[in-house]
Amino acid sequence: MKFGIIVFPGSNCDHDCYHAVKHVFGCEAEYVWHKETALAGFDCVILPGGFSYGDYLRTGAIARSSPVMSEVVAFAKRGGLVLGICNGFQILAEAGLLPGVLMRNRALKFICAPAHLRVENNSTVFTSAYSAGQVIDVPIAHADGNYFADADTLKRLEDGGRVVFRYSTVDGKVTIDANPNGSLSNIAAIVNEAGNVMGTMPHPERACEQALGSTGGRGVFESILKGFAGT
Amino acid sequence: MKARIYVTLKKGVLDPQGKAVVGALHSMSFNEVKDLRIGKYMEVELDASSKETEEVRLREMCEKLLANTVIENYRIEMD
Repeated sequence: MKFGIIVFPGSNCDHDCYHAVKHVFGCEAEYVWHKETALAGFDCVILPGGFSYGDYLRTGAIARSSPVMSEVVAFAKRGGLVLGICNGFQILAEAGLLPGVLMRNRALKFICAPAHLRVENNSTVFTSAYSAGQVIDVPIAHADGNYFADADTLKRLEDGGRVVFRYSTVDGKVTIDANPNGSLSNIAAIVNEAGNVMGTMPHPERACEQALGSTGGRGVFESILKGFAGT
Repeated sequence: MKARIYVTLKKGVLDPQGKAVVGALHSMSFNEVKDLRIGKYMEVELDASSKETEEVRLREMCEKLLANTVIENYRIEMD
């Protein structure tokens, strides 16, 4: 299985993603500069975290018009797997591949901390290696992770089981206190309607080895690999 | 030709930055401030001749890039 990791000016988790897929999971991985216009040969494309274009105007707003993005949209429409992590999630939202928007954190501060997430839907291609309701430990590192969508969109997400991770307590309770950034309904990660595009604010690629403090993010990559092996 | 674009948060969208500024104003005894919302102001210089055509294009710029219409409204003023 071959992963493409998109590199925008200002991406800074591209190497973390590369390390996780290449060295932890032993997959093929290649960086894709944002000026590229082809994604042939890739099975999964990752939009990594960082501060593309310095977060100018709005997070992800300028990166979404990078040359590679029209190909990312086409790749997603063909059914290719697209995983947006942190700034990658913000870019996917701006590009319209995922609904809603990531706003400034409730407390206006950049938060870099471990977070507990409850797996809300383990039947997606990105979460099938987890059990339903499992609580995982995955770090967050963002200033704009406060998910917002209008009431209709939120209802569509909830009804369709498209909220995949929610911020929770260690024992799986979804409470206001467990919500680090003010995110609507404690939403930490969602998928698109077709289920082949996921956006997550927490960083699964930083939680794949015990040496880094947690292995809670492994399941995302294990799920993708499991799905690929099954096709 | 010059244009001014105001991008503001839609009603009902929480503005934590605005709330923090209200808190600061209150602590400075400006207690009459009931609410304050922070937006963006942009000055655009254009190489265009027709105001009508350009207004359509400015609208397009707002829809495609300058505002995120999930959470923001925009208003255009032209000279």
